[in-house]
Amino acid sequence: MWEASPLTYVALIIAVLLAIFPIAWSFIVASRDNSSVYKIPPPLVPGGEFAANTQRLLANDQAHFLIGLANSIFVSSVVTISVVLFSTLAGFAFAKLRFKGANALLLIIIVTMMIPTQLGYIPLYILMIQLGWLGSLQAVIVPFLVKGFGVFMMRQYAMSAVPDELIEAARMDGCSTWRIYWNVVLPTLRPAAAVLGLLTFMETWNEFLWPYLVLDGDTPTIQYSLKILATGNYTTDYVQVFTGTALAIVPLLLVFIAFGRQIIGGIMEGSVKA
Amino acid sequence: MSVNTHAAGMPRHAASPPPLDPGQRRKQARQVRLGRLDLKMSPYLYVAPFFILFAVFGFFPLIYTGWVSMREWGLIKGDQGFVGLQNFQEVLADANFWNAMLNTFGIFVVATVPQLLLALMLANWLNRKLRFRTALRMGILLPNITSVAAVGIVFGFIFADRYGLANWVLQSLSLDPVSWRGSRWASWTAIAFMVDWRWTGYNALIYLAAMQAIPRDLYESASLDGASPTRQFWQLTVPLIQPTILFTVIISTIGGMQLFTEPLMFNYGAAGSGSGLENFQTIAMYIYTTTFEGNFKYGLGSAMSWLLFMLIIFFALINFLLVRRSLKGSVK
Repeated sequence: MWEASPLTYVALIIAVLLAIFPIAWSFIVASRDNSSVYKIPPPLVPGGEFAANTQRLLANDQAHFLIGLANSIFVSSVVTISVVLFSTLAGFAFAKLRFKGANALLLIIIVTMMIPTQLGYIPLYILMIQLGWLGSLQAVIVPFLVKGFGVFMMRQYAMSAVPDELIEAARMDGCSTWRIYWNVVLPTLRPAAAVLGLLTFMETWNEFLWPYLVLDGDTPTIQYSLKILATGNYTTDYVQVFTGTALAIVPLLLVFIAFGRQIIGGIMEGSVKA
Repeated sequence: MSVNTHAAGMPRHAASPPPLDPGQRRKQARQVRLGRLDLKMSPYLYVAPFFILFAVFGFFPLIYTGWVSMREWGLIKGDQGFVGLQNFQEVLADANFWNAMLNTFGIFVVATVPQLLLALMLANWLNRKLRFRTALRMGILLPNITSVAAVGIVFGFIFADRYGLANWVLQSLSLDPVSWRGSRWASWTAIAFMVDWRWTGYNALIYLAAMQAIPRDLYESASLDGASPTRQFWQLTVPLIQPTILFTVIISTIGGMQLFTEPLMFNYGAAGSGSGLENFQTIAMYIYTTTFEGNFKYGLGSAMSWLLFMLIIFFALINFLLVRRSLKGSVK
């Protein structure tokens, strides 16, 4: 591999700074008073108002920020657990179990990955009306409990990561298929399942359009709360908007700092296989 | 649940297996049957959740969209029945639809071309012996983990007409400030900026992964032939990762055609509400306003959704054919 020249470092560091700036800026503004939004040049060091701004944000009775936060944690967790569970189950079946129609079913799953989700939003919306789910969290959870991409990813991983001998040995020892999944396959799939879980959690956390369509302002997700903040009657209090933006990023930032290496590995590995 | 668990456990307790009485024999036979059932049915049970949930919440809506698109259907009037292709005709005759189409394409081109070029360059830089490798990769991926809604808010302020950061930079370079929502090009540029900020690093990592799969010795022989690094990049690296480039172009096309949240937040953004919407209203936004605001014209919205879907497939195919042809050319 070539040595990196100092110029390469300079270019990359500029790129990283540009990437970080808008996020850092939202934190800086969130820690200052209202006039800082209009400061020219923009403030580049944090102030001491973060706690006060957060308090004002939490007291905002339109944005329901805490409810949005709690809802997002709940919704993202349920969807993540479900996607990981069903993806590893189905991925295991496709990779290691023999059954009639497996190839055709797998093909269907691959095709589903190419359908843009937005195409189904109108009838899905009508369906939600008919189920009476508008305004409740089921509407943002149930349609997303499975993911074709997840099944495919787990299948690819299980093909190489789970040795056939291990499964045969477990069978000889009298394990049922479920026990084999739970005690042998699942632990082996853990690294890939973790990446799938992280990606699913982030995706669900960041989802904007669908929650905005089917929920109402009293039970928002966090992204919906942000939208209310940015467009509501409080728009003169821009620092509050920035505080919300910054706080909404914090959980993902923590996840990213803790698992960034795995997430990057997952993205890079997934792309080579695709 | 299965016979085998039990049968394997038994001999451990008895030196020699005791003769089975009829009750035990029946039990064992039942367990054998259960074991076979387990082997046979488990795979279907394990893939069933995906197919059941997808059928209800993925496939059914897709077909239903087609059905709704051929009906007159609004919130107040309700379902008025079959109207054939009338919705499609109405959409195709709608000037707002074509305006939205122009904006969608415009933003897509303005965003995607620099984004992928920049990602290629970033990947090329990252594909060297680097200190702080993980930190640099995490740095450029960081924008991708943030939510579009949050990005839209922050960039709404960056591209505010007065007190906006972008205009401040322009003015410090003694250029004229820009009315970011006031003209087509300005709003396209601002929205493209948001899209690129979020996705360039992600694409760079995908390119990096592809670059790392290229065998080293190809570069060594190219160097021996006297090819400069720039030449190696354009004549070796880029052709070799062409399938990956195709992949990112298709993904960007699908995403670009559905662009919604960025322009929406840009519209709501600081001092922007409502003004100049025609400059950057995308198809997805237009579908949204047609379907979920005012009269809730489900039929019209569904027709637009299908047109959009066909458009996406059409472009994916064109991309595919183009790249396949150029691949063939390079093999010659």
